[in-house]
Amino acid sequence: MAINTETFILNIGPVHMSTHGVFRMKAVMDGEVIVDIEPVFGYLHRGIEKLAEQRTYTGIIPLTDRLDYTASMSNNLAHCLAVEKLMGIRVPERAEYLRVIMVELQRICAHFLAIGAILNDCGAWGTPMMYMFREREKIFDLFEMASGQRLTYNYMRPGGVSQDVPEEFMPALKKLIAQLPGYFEEYDQLLSKNEIFLARTKKIGILTREMAINSSASGPVLRASGIKWDIRKADPYSIYDRFEFEIPTGETGDCFDRYWVRMQEMWQSLRIIEQAVKQIPEKGEIRSKVPALIRPPVGEVYTRIESPKGELGFYIVSDHSIAPYRYHVRSPCLINLTTLRDLVIGWKIADAIVIFGSIDICMGEVDR
Amino acid sequence: MTVALSGIEVARQLGPRFPEAIIESSNQAIVVKKEQLTAVMDYLKNSPELSFSFLSDITATDYFDYFEITYQLTSFEHNHKLTVKTRCYDRNKPVVPSVTGLWQGANFMEREIFDLMGIEFSGHPNLKRIFLWEGFAGHPLRKDYL
Repeated sequence: MAINTETFILNIGPVHMSTHGVFRMKAVMDGEVIVDIEPVFGYLHRGIEKLAEQRTYTGIIPLTDRLDYTASMSNNLAHCLAVEKLMGIRVPERAEYLRVIMVELQRICAHFLAIGAILNDCGAWGTPMMYMFREREKIFDLFEMASGQRLTYNYMRPGGVSQDVPEEFMPALKKLIAQLPGYFEEYDQLLSKNEIFLARTKKIGILTREMAINSSASGPVLRASGIKWDIRKADPYSIYDRFEFEIPTGETGDCFDRYWVRMQEMWQSLRIIEQAVKQIPEKGEIRSKVPALIRPPVGEVYTRIESPKGELGFYIVSDHSIAPYRYHVRSPCLINLTTLRDLVIGWKIADAIVIFGSIDICMGEVDR
Repeated sequence: MTVALSGIEVARQLGPRFPEAIIESSNQAIVVKKEQLTAVMDYLKNSPELSFSFLSDITATDYFDYFEITYQLTSFEHNHKLTVKTRCYDRNKPVVPSVTGLWQGANFMEREIFDLMGIEFSGHPNLKRIFLWEGFAGHPLRKDYL
């Protein structure tokens, strides 16, 4: 005799430790299997785009810090690049290198958090996260030296960076560079061959090539599906054309590949930092002459960078006043979430949490 | 290095196929009539020499007289990009055809514009507010909203 079953709605979040912020998944369940899902967000909506329309171009930088607060440096850079493109400002050599060093440290930092969070979602509660945080703190120490802040740095400015790094920065950075490979290997040994982790992530939540492109996924999510697309290589901004690095890609596009791509990207970021430390001019200007009150000419610009989460784009329309006429952020986290529904349908609730974790979102950027 | 295609060049290519579809073209962008937006986008996505398979971004700007919707397209295959725009003059009930049929990624982007700018996308599978709650009055990113 067939058993009659009925679907029911399960609300995961908005306040739940596996939703990485205030995010709600309204899941239609058939027993333990997900039939349909609707992501609900907006709990952290602060109207940053609207706020930016009333602020000066330098005044917006603290707002960009609060987009993806796990990668403030990247947001700073993307904003400054957009303003520089509007104004036609050149950035001094030393500042370019400082920017690249900061942004790549930030990428390592954000990937630490992403990997720690995936492991958390898999049920390895706390321990891997603490390992990740151990090194993340060391990078924070460096950021604190440079900018005075540990999370929202407000470090870059149109035309350069706000201040030069102190004397003790470079020795501390070199020391960290020497330590990082050991840490990466440690994680690799702990996690990449861990049987439980493999069972939870291999062949789970497969994102095909076609689906990834069609859903406008970007960053590690796109690359895990086997597409060699990295804006640092494809459309180099700042001075990325001077560095040698590879673009790691996955094969199947499952949760493990998304983890693995991030793991490999940290190695590549380290390579870039090593090269930048060798090439950086000892002394020099760190900020070109820019008017205190920026009034870009009438026009519009869309610039994009490869942030730790994916393609971070800033669209600015200027009407020659001190504040932008329209300010739009292309948020990789929000758009990567488009894939979520296709990924989780048919999987069990515990897998859905891991799949969600592997997309790696930051609610500050999703809701803006 | 991604090549930014000149709007004028693309407009010349599209000309014979879509007469009267292109309102304006400059080095930065092409402006397409909204009635023919879907057909033009379909061609841009599927023609082998352009093949814009990746939709980077959609956004809208309020110019009081009209709304301008801006699409950023990227081609992985040829590594080039293009900005396509369309305009919508009706302020009370602006409607633009949805491109979700071509790119699934447009889903949340169009919902965001609907929520904050109040532009309706005809043919969107699930058009409702994304950040603000149902029942919120007005659309904050419009220039006449405070």
